[in-house]
Amino acid sequence: MTVLSCKNIISMEDLTPDDIVAILDTAESFKEVNERRIKKLPTLRGRTIINLFLEPSTRTRTSFEIAAKRLSADAINMAGSASATVKGESLRDTAKTLSAMACDLIVVRHKYAGAPQVLAESMDACVVNGGDGMHQHPTQALLDLFTMRRHVGDLAGKTVGIVGDIAHSRVAGSLVPALRMVGAHPIVIGPPTLMPARPDVLGADVAYTLDEVIEELDIVYTLRIQMERAEGMPFPSLREYARFYGMNEARLNRMKPEGIVMHPGPMNRGVEVSSAVADSERSVVLDQVNAGVAVRMAIMYLLLGGEAHGDAA
Amino acid sequence: MVTLLRGGRLVDPAVDLDRVADLLIRDGVIAEVGEGLEAPAGVLIVECAEKVVLPGLVDAHTHLREPGREDEETVESGTRAAAHGGFTAVCAMPNTDPICDTGSKVRFLVERASERGIVRVHPIGSLTSGQRGEVIAEIGDMIAEGAVGFSDDGRGVQDAGMMRRVMDYAKAFGTTVISHCEDEALVGSGVVNEGAVSTRLGMAGWPAAAEEIQVARDIRLAELTGCRLHLAHLSTAGSVAHVRDAKARGVGITAEVTPHHLFLDEDALLSYDTNLKMNPPLRTAEDRAALLEGLVDGTIDCIATDHAPHAPHEKEMEFELAPFGTTGIETALSLVVTELVGTGTFEWSDVARVMAHGPRRSLGLEAVTLAEGSVADITVVDPEARVEVVPGWFESRSRNSAFLGRKLLGKASEVLVGGAFAVRNGKVVD
Repeated sequence: MTVLSCKNIISMEDLTPDDIVAILDTAESFKEVNERRIKKLPTLRGRTIINLFLEPSTRTRTSFEIAAKRLSADAINMAGSASATVKGESLRDTAKTLSAMACDLIVVRHKYAGAPQVLAESMDACVVNGGDGMHQHPTQALLDLFTMRRHVGDLAGKTVGIVGDIAHSRVAGSLVPALRMVGAHPIVIGPPTLMPARPDVLGADVAYTLDEVIEELDIVYTLRIQMERAEGMPFPSLREYARFYGMNEARLNRMKPEGIVMHPGPMNRGVEVSSAVADSERSVVLDQVNAGVAVRMAIMYLLLGGEAHGDAA
Repeated sequence: MVTLLRGGRLVDPAVDLDRVADLLIRDGVIAEVGEGLEAPAGVLIVECAEKVVLPGLVDAHTHLREPGREDEETVESGTRAAAHGGFTAVCAMPNTDPICDTGSKVRFLVERASERGIVRVHPIGSLTSGQRGEVIAEIGDMIAEGAVGFSDDGRGVQDAGMMRRVMDYAKAFGTTVISHCEDEALVGSGVVNEGAVSTRLGMAGWPAAAEEIQVARDIRLAELTGCRLHLAHLSTAGSVAHVRDAKARGVGITAEVTPHHLFLDEDALLSYDTNLKMNPPLRTAEDRAALLEGLVDGTIDCIATDHAPHAPHEKEMEFELAPFGTTGIETALSLVVTELVGTGTFEWSDVARVMAHGPRRSLGLEAVTLAEGSVADITVVDPEARVEVVPGWFESRSRNSAFLGRKLLGKASEVLVGGAFAVRNGKVVD
């Protein structure tokens, strides 16, 4: 079996293209397991995985928890508030505490960028970033690649439009480099008020309207719009946003004929995606959720060097 | 007490001095400068061969943290750190707890400094009451108690009308307003320079324009009011350009740059090391080059450290939550010697210009020179002394240095304040 080149997955840059292929291929076999009546494998029996979620999350945490349990690992969820000021403990102390519990792998979801990296630097267990601030969310990018690959085949040369709040999106933060690593062409699309200062350094082209690039797109990846913002709305209204950036049937018909529509969830219907598109057969949103469990199983399995790979096949 | 500094290279551009000679100090004053001076009976002789003797260095921007955060720094530890770094005086910023915004609080600092300080402490008072930007602080009262300048450092005065009013008022006292330029509406929750690194790290950006807009505004207000303005910690190429233009027009302003903005840029940040989180943030390599150019051509008057001690438990927080600031008063001179003198960018006279005369001129402090009759505030530098910046090396109570791990060349071997040793043989005098 293939072993990954890294001990931690904090950002997409930790992975090589070969690592990505290994994860996606391994996830394929776990996906089959997930379709069986008995979905549990003994692979990680006796290993301990902690889901440290210091920011509210239901979907991602549940996905990691199911993945760990299907591999027979002991999965423990720890929740809390994000900040040391509230929690009364520094990241380094958290790392030491978890190390003292002798766990094997920590999944960290954190409100602030860089926290998983700081944790990883002071502990022996493997660390997987479950999303940190506005920085990265690598397991989401990997499950998205998995879903894309199943629907459009080889991603080399494919054009992916990522639409919406690029500036504040850790999903985009990982997906753009992930797409570059597999040879795809990412375009980030949104009003300048939702763009990071330098999208070029992530490796993306930029478009300020969806209509100017829609015909080129093999995949439209819509991001969730946050309805409440401390610093004021970055666009005039949801109605205007939907008009210029919403994925609707008219735009669906203009993209590449076999093109698909994705969303990391939860969707604001009528804003990022119209209901008709969300429910169409070209929307693969539920496939993404399904892939999440298989991909996270693959990551845990490969990082912890699980044995008896044959069980999965 | 009589002291003879023998055989050092005396460098002071203010009196057109650069030669190997002796310097005799009597009663806290330079009594004689010349070659082969006779040593009177009972004189203390300090051999200064291969060393450089400069007018005493001044840090125009220091956070002593007392009162309020004595766990981070005190007047005693901060002045020891200053001496260790080669400084004979510091200008203490008012954002303590409570904020130094009345005469009695200035008097506390002056008295504390006379009891515990080992270098001179020049208090900076708050511009507005409580640094809230709403009401003019008691500037006259503070001057009467010893304040040398006024600043809401740590925050910019957000309202242009308020800034105009306070500059108008301060002008009557002939004092200096020190501006921390930061438009909070543009900075928002920004913690690093807005650009490539903020994008890569996924953190909110602090754009250069948020500094430059207030730099431009305050230059205009200096022209409007005639108040003397000093611009704190310039960090961007655009700010340097504004200052250069203003000086060309003859506006009476001065400006400072910190060692960290001169010797580091945002590319150092990819590690999420909170010791590299400062306000203003580290900028781009291009900004850094422009700051250096401005320092060399005289657009920027002085290097000021913005020495900002912070407790380790606060710096160990998440990057976005950790407080802004790096210590710097102990490494500034060594960095300048290593990075500027060592590379030929600077002559020793430039060191005196930006670390001794520039700060004094910027804040209207009494001039100090190496000429006979001057007060004997003197920094002797050993250019070959090796410095390894490790946590145990600091005199400061805090260790949050952006330069931890650096190996540097050049350090103050003697520091004299009014003729008395604060540092002797490289060690702080107890």
